[in-house]
Amino acid sequence: MSKEMTIHLKYWKQNGPNDAGHFEEYTLDNVNEHMSFLEMLDVLNEELMLADKEPVEFDYDCREGICGSCNLVINGQAHGPKARVAACQLHMRNYKDGDHITIEPPRAAAFPVIKDLVVDRSAFDRIIEAGGYVSVKTGSAGEANAILVEKEKADAAFDYATCIGCGACVAACPNASASLFTGAKIAHLNKLPQGEVERKNRVVAMVDQMKEEGFGDCSNFAECEAVCPVGISISAIAEMRRDYMKAALRGD
Amino acid sequence: MPSFIKALNSQVGRKIMTGITGIGLMLFLIGHLAGNLTIFGESDAFNIYTYTLESLGPLLYVIEAGLAFFFLYHAILGISIWRQRKKARPEGYKKYQTKGGPSHQSLASRSMIISGSVILLFLVFHIWHFKFGPTETIALESVGTTEARDLRALVIAEFQKPLVAFGYIAVLALAILHLAHGAWSAFTSLGMKHNQTSKKVQIGAYIFAIVLMLGFIFIPLYIFLTGGEGSLIAY
Repeated sequence: MSKEMTIHLKYWKQNGPNDAGHFEEYTLDNVNEHMSFLEMLDVLNEELMLADKEPVEFDYDCREGICGSCNLVINGQAHGPKARVAACQLHMRNYKDGDHITIEPPRAAAFPVIKDLVVDRSAFDRIIEAGGYVSVKTGSAGEANAILVEKEKADAAFDYATCIGCGACVAACPNASASLFTGAKIAHLNKLPQGEVERKNRVVAMVDQMKEEGFGDCSNFAECEAVCPVGISISAIAEMRRDYMKAALRGD
Repeated sequence: MPSFIKALNSQVGRKIMTGITGIGLMLFLIGHLAGNLTIFGESDAFNIYTYTLESLGPLLYVIEAGLAFFFLYHAILGISIWRQRKKARPEGYKKYQTKGGPSHQSLASRSMIISGSVILLFLVFHIWHFKFGPTETIALESVGTTEARDLRALVIAEFQKPLVAFGYIAVLALAILHLAHGAWSAFTSLGMKHNQTSKKVQIGAYIFAIVLMLGFIFIPLYIFLTGGEGSLIAY
């Protein structure tokens, strides 16, 4: 038997980047506790469409916590109340009958709203384009085993590489800083021998691009780590600062 | 590689400089408290201490200029980071709450701009109040002068005024909050990773902030409560 709940929703409606936007409210009467948060929004949109109203736009793709498309700020928390869970993997059993849920898009000047809950996160792409790559030849698959990497470094690099670029760190940061994302993207390459060659240029270029995009400064609130669906530690930011200091002080 | 100025203005450089100036200011505060506590020493101890400082001459100006630079640089960075935050998120959330867990969001970390601004305003008053405050001239035989400022008398007289004593205590209490986040954050800004050590540093930062500020608070509180005639004050 599954429980049915009444959920009172309040969500952001914005008809394009230049619209001022406003909140709308809707009460769903038969929310199944086994629904994911996004399935609940699907039900909302079905009901809205049946009533000849415009559905709410929200971003999603894989619905299994891998792609990072969904980044909703749910009751003031990026990806909702659960730790290490993306909004698509959040289930309605975490809510009670009669709960009020406010849904907002990530708010940052660098993430302009496209429509309703969908924001343009291409600022992240441009940070990666600035240096989040290796331009040396890393060889074919077989050669991956020829370059020895210490286990600790490989593990650390992989931990940082798990960043799915959802932007929850920016959404939750009181300063709207992109330091956790940028730090993770830098560290996952700088920890590996393949990324070593360009390590100094990479950190400088990506840190500069982060500022260029209009994100805020990091104030060490560590809220980003708390909301990160893959649990990336703010040690990524420490790695970025260490590499930046080395690049700035020692030069080439 | 970036020029030195560009590196200082990057979002990493700004945090590193906030941390370095913050640690410098914390070291200054430790020295400041040690000096202040001489008020509980021999009757001349505090005046000998202040006279010695003032007789450093040009060296004192260099130290003061350095301190002013550290304070102002720290304050300007703090204000600039706060202003950037307004630009980076022009439209705020209707509802916002921390997720807890590893988050360091607290009253202390969220009120840095407020506690910092109050401390900055307090500093202007504090320097006017004691550095340039009116003092009688006193002879200090042990250092061979007849023209020392009797700052000790000024301190004891001023802290018997309720508004002054409790004004100082209130600002110093607020400084506990600033240091509790700042002392941890400074090391994080300089590249400390988030692990078991970092947790100890956070606990250490709270203890440091409380002990240091209670040290400062003790002076006005004691003088006010004892009317300047407590047994710890020698005549």
